[in-house]
Amino acid sequence: MMHTRTVQVWVGLFVALGIVALFMLSMKVSNINAFRAVEGYAVTAKFENIGGLKVRSPVKMAGVVVGRVDDISFDSDTYEAVVHMKIEEQFNHMPVDTTASIFTAGLLGEQYIGLEAGGEEDYLKEGSKIRLTQSAMVLENLIGTFLFDKADKADKGAGK
Amino acid sequence: MMDKLQQLGAATLGVIERLGRGHIFIYYAIKGFPALALRPNLVLAQVFSTGVLSLIIILVSGLFVGMVLGLQGYNTLVDFGAEESLGVMVALSLVRELGPVVTALLFAGRAGSALTAEIGLMKSTEQLSGMEMMAVDPLQRVVAPRFLAGAIAMPLLAAMFSAVGVMGGYFVGVGLLGVDEGAFWSQMQASVEIDEDIINGIIKSFAFGIVVTWIAVFEGYDCVPTSEGVSRATTRTVVHSSLAVLGLDFVLTALMFGE
Amino acid sequence: MAENDEPLVKIRNLHFSRGDRKIFDGVDIDIQKGRITAIMGPSGTGKTTLLKLIGGQLRPDQGTIHVDGKHVHKLSHSQLYELRKRMGMLFQSGALLTDINVYDNVAFPIREHTKLSESIIRHLVLMKLHAVGLRGARDLMPSELSGGMARRVALARAIALDPMMIMFDEPFTGQDPISMGVLVTLIRSLNDALDLTSILVSHDVQETASIADYIYVISEGKVVEHGSSETLQRSSSPWVKQFMEGLPDGPVPFHYPSLDYADDLLTGSRP
Repeated sequence: MMHTRTVQVWVGLFVALGIVALFMLSMKVSNINAFRAVEGYAVTAKFENIGGLKVRSPVKMAGVVVGRVDDISFDSDTYEAVVHMKIEEQFNHMPVDTTASIFTAGLLGEQYIGLEAGGEEDYLKEGSKIRLTQSAMVLENLIGTFLFDKADKADKGAGK
Repeated sequence: MMDKLQQLGAATLGVIERLGRGHIFIYYAIKGFPALALRPNLVLAQVFSTGVLSLIIILVSGLFVGMVLGLQGYNTLVDFGAEESLGVMVALSLVRELGPVVTALLFAGRAGSALTAEIGLMKSTEQLSGMEMMAVDPLQRVVAPRFLAGAIAMPLLAAMFSAVGVMGGYFVGVGLLGVDEGAFWSQMQASVEIDEDIINGIIKSFAFGIVVTWIAVFEGYDCVPTSEGVSRATTRTVVHSSLAVLGLDFVLTALMFGE
Repeated sequence: MAENDEPLVKIRNLHFSRGDRKIFDGVDIDIQKGRITAIMGPSGTGKTTLLKLIGGQLRPDQGTIHVDGKHVHKLSHSQLYELRKRMGMLFQSGALLTDINVYDNVAFPIREHTKLSESIIRHLVLMKLHAVGLRGARDLMPSELSGGMARRVALARAIALDPMMIMFDEPFTGQDPISMGVLVTLIRSLNDALDLTSILVSHDVQETASIADYIYVISEGKVVEHGSSETLQRSSSPWVKQFMEGLPDGPVPFHYPSLDYADDLLTGSRP
């Protein structure tokens, strides 16, 4: 039987390695940062179509993450999706006429909300609504439109 | 016809009886846990022989599995121009499935078979019987610390497997194939959920650790005390615990990611 | 020694079977305090089984076993373990723990059952090892011991907690004459020095007869004869005579039951 001390040292090392691995998985691999409750103010926006947007998807401005999607609900009167997001406190100079669009990172990547600043003097604050929104591009619709165009042109070509 | 039916009945009853004994067995072993709190060295020694001694095989396998995932994933994803999602693919496959499952299979082969053989040999050399006559309950003295150590070591091993695997995927993807480093990590972080993926992976590996160690100690304790009996029990440990892990993985996956 | 009326171990009407095979079919045995009682019989008569029944590792189908006034098979798990602390058992193989050395093996029951300090344990262990003449072998591993030495270490371990009785399972089997002599002397002297009660299971007639105070001979699940060794030597039963003198043929035939030899040969090739 090995010396008790040696065993203890090895087991200590083993457990430490295991914890380091768990730490790495949660910190480096996963989105634990998204879990820190975002301190900030809530704004809402309505979209016709949010595509694959999810709770905790990032909200970006000029590519910088400024907040997260907090909640997604459905407005049964207007048949629109209502997206509640939290914007971090430090970004409190967003004009009220800011546009919110849903973009896709890469062709098949995750979806996020992109904000584009407007020109108003008043700033967004707790409870504000973003009025100017642009829905997610849905791939099927795009392809559909594209094919329709093609067919249209082909028809015109044949008609000549 | 009657004979066949009778055989089927006898076989079924045999399986049920063994299952019953397995449960009673582990119940008495678990009853020995409180006593272990006073003697942590017993458990430490077993964490050493199940965990530390499995470390090399787990780390090396994890690295290679991660590297293979990196290569295969890249070749598939590059066709869709989505090679930046490589990190997501590698991390999700490792954390959700391959980490817990492959670790459990390796653990069954490395530590489970050793546990069965050790306990089986102790039985066949009358050491267990000798302990009983010395008024030392082998379920509490021999089985309980091994069972506990297996359940402790397995999640740690699986976490190391996944972590090393992600690094293997990173070396191949970013280092070798030139995937953008920032995209690799940021997409991974954006898609791997701590509660759904990481925690569920840990729960899985914990469950697998319990099942594999349980089967291993029971097979050893219940073996026919001859050299042939011990070798059969060792084989059964590897076969049964591998099947149990894969079956349980399906059930757990359906429960966790089923919706 | 003052005779106590109540025997230490009292077995009444013991029945035990393995599958269809009856091993004990109504056995009564009394084991008196302070004595060496031998239980003898041919191989396969369940002598080891008897020890396991006394130790509570097996349950009889019928009948009772009392050890020190306690009904062994009606005790709870913890009461049984309490009782076992006062019983020692020497297994045929020694049953030493193979992953720790001789010293730790002897210290094992002391460490498990007492909270003595390591320095006291050291005194106790060395004392027990000295008693079996193996104080110098304390650092050896069980795999480095000869069969006789392993049994002596096991004996030291069995007396580590100063039990009231020790059960010896075939202590002489497979020993060379010297270690056999050592074991015979040890069993006798320890029994007297420590005021033990010994139960000795064996089929080595000469050695057993030389140290046992009382002998039971068991065959086919029944006690065939019992008494002191002199009584048994003078037994009128031809079976006991054959057993005690080791004759090849007698009531126990040399041949396994079979067809008539001539008929068997004449039937020619197997059907």
